[in-house]
Amino acid sequence: MIEFLIILPVIIPFFTGAILIATMKSREISRTISLASAFLLLVSSLVLFAVVWISGIKVLYVGSWKAPFGISFIADVFSVSMLIMTAVMLITVTIYSFSSIDSGREKYGFWVFLQFMIMGVCGSFLTGDIFNLFVWFEVMLMSSFVLIALGNEKFQLEGAIKYVTINVISSVLFLSAVGILYGMTGSLNMADLAGKIKLVGNNYLINIAALFFLTSFGIKAAIFPLFFWLPASYPTPPIPVTAIFSALLTKVGVFALIRVFTLVFTTDVSFTHGIILALAGLTMVTGVFGAAAQFEFRRILAFHIVSQIGYLLLGLGLFTLNGLSATVFFFFHIMLAKTNLFFISGIVNRIYGTYDLNKLGGIYKNHPFISIMFMISAGSLAGIPPLPGFWAKLFVIKAAFESHYYFLGAVAIIVSILTLYSMLKIWNEAFWKKNEYHFTKQEKLTHRFGWYAPVVVISVLMLLLSVFPEHIYLVAQKASEQIINSAEYIKIVIGK
Amino acid sequence: MYLLLSILIGVLFTTGIYMVLRRSIVKLVIGLALLTHAANLLIFVAGRVNTPIPPIIGKGEDSLIPPFADPIPQALILTAIVISFGLTSFAIVLIKRTYKQTGTEDLDDLNTTDKIEKL
Repeated sequence: MIEFLIILPVIIPFFTGAILIATMKSREISRTISLASAFLLLVSSLVLFAVVWISGIKVLYVGSWKAPFGISFIADVFSVSMLIMTAVMLITVTIYSFSSIDSGREKYGFWVFLQFMIMGVCGSFLTGDIFNLFVWFEVMLMSSFVLIALGNEKFQLEGAIKYVTINVISSVLFLSAVGILYGMTGSLNMADLAGKIKLVGNNYLINIAALFFLTSFGIKAAIFPLFFWLPASYPTPPIPVTAIFSALLTKVGVFALIRVFTLVFTTDVSFTHGIILALAGLTMVTGVFGAAAQFEFRRILAFHIVSQIGYLLLGLGLFTLNGLSATVFFFFHIMLAKTNLFFISGIVNRIYGTYDLNKLGGIYKNHPFISIMFMISAGSLAGIPPLPGFWAKLFVIKAAFESHYYFLGAVAIIVSILTLYSMLKIWNEAFWKKNEYHFTKQEKLTHRFGWYAPVVVISVLMLLLSVFPEHIYLVAQKASEQIINSAEYIKIVIGK
Repeated sequence: MYLLLSILIGVLFTTGIYMVLRRSIVKLVIGLALLTHAANLLIFVAGRVNTPIPPIIGKGEDSLIPPFADPIPQALILTAIVISFGLTSFAIVLIKRTYKQTGTEDLDDLNTTDKIEKL
């Protein structure tokens, strides 16, 4: 029974997607099914979390083939808490799509591919097999390709070409890396690889495979210098698609990096994790400077995705208990904050008909409620206490100082000040300055519930996170303990 | 055999990357297809090309006796081929739509989403 729970987060979106193909032409039925399945996903993830929290890591051997021979699905605190976040994001994006996705996109499979993408994401979080991870990545990517191109607008197609090309190249690198790794060790199960890679003896060969993985996942996670595709493609599709992409896809890349670089490639930490640390610093800095030059709402946010990925990487690069706890905590904060900011940009665009900061203005005067919602998320992204972003950054920077990386800690602080600059730029330009353009077409929001409910839900979650950070940090710490003590993980999976 | 295949993989990777860097979107798709072939061959070689004996446990034996051909790389390649087939067909449809929508097949003209001003 418990084993069945592990596979549920993959099965639920799969069957929902399959059913949605049949009901594609009916908007109402599709919407109801999508929302119901999103809640089902949340419930099953929460139950799974309770099980994993109480009784430790759980393993499902698919087809009863014991590891390392078959594919195994592994639920630990880290992966299951990511599943919960995925479900929360799916619910909010689903509700937001009710009012913001046009009927054409709905009829041509928006709901179907949204579900299939979630299946890929959940599969990537759960699998314990490196080749199976590749397959889940492809499931996720194929659906995201469709979502980004759906609608056939000129900008979307331009963005889609870049997105598809860079992701296929990344998949090719991933596949080559799997091949090299298999050639060295003769295994694909990550827990088994962790033991077998120590027998290879040739550190140079291992490092080559490690760098293949770093490049491949790095492209997906949009780390420096492989991030250029993200600001060019993410802002092109409709806001719900951008929001779910920014909440999940790059994070899956970082998740894969954490799995591989804490479990398998730990033979030459000073080399591999040294590179990760350097890249983390550069990612933070380039992302935030890239945003400074932009004057388009969504593109500023897109560059900040890149910048925040740097913080996530920093915790991984430190490779300490506190560093990884900080990273896990940062995941919670960044998924909420980023999605909410994109939602708000969508509402602003709906009312004023533009994303251009030069043309926007006076939102605070006309719509104070949405402005306050923006301030919560933007303040959190910049790290203003007591919002969750402050705690997340505090934990990351503290962990960096504990490991004596004073320079990187300082960089993280400076980047967070520059983030504040970017957020204040949006605030001043769009929300505070007088509107000189006097929009004639300032539309009234219809279906206010669909627009506002997701924003309010996420803002409330963020406020909860800022009031009770110690409880969530407890989860992050337990997750991090399980990641660091990989011997325990290997013992449970291999069964020795 | 190894040397020959390794050179072939190298050639495929080089041509693939060269084609991806060209300005025509058709060549871009050809390049992507070549790259996936290169990766598939790489797995094939990494799984050792030594013997045609199938990995079957004979009567009266309880484990495999070497030498035997490793079936896993072939299973991996099969999966990867299917995936790359899907990717390539999607890419072909995508470039067709893009050509219809933008009227150009020059990648250098598809740069509006990279510009700083506005979309």
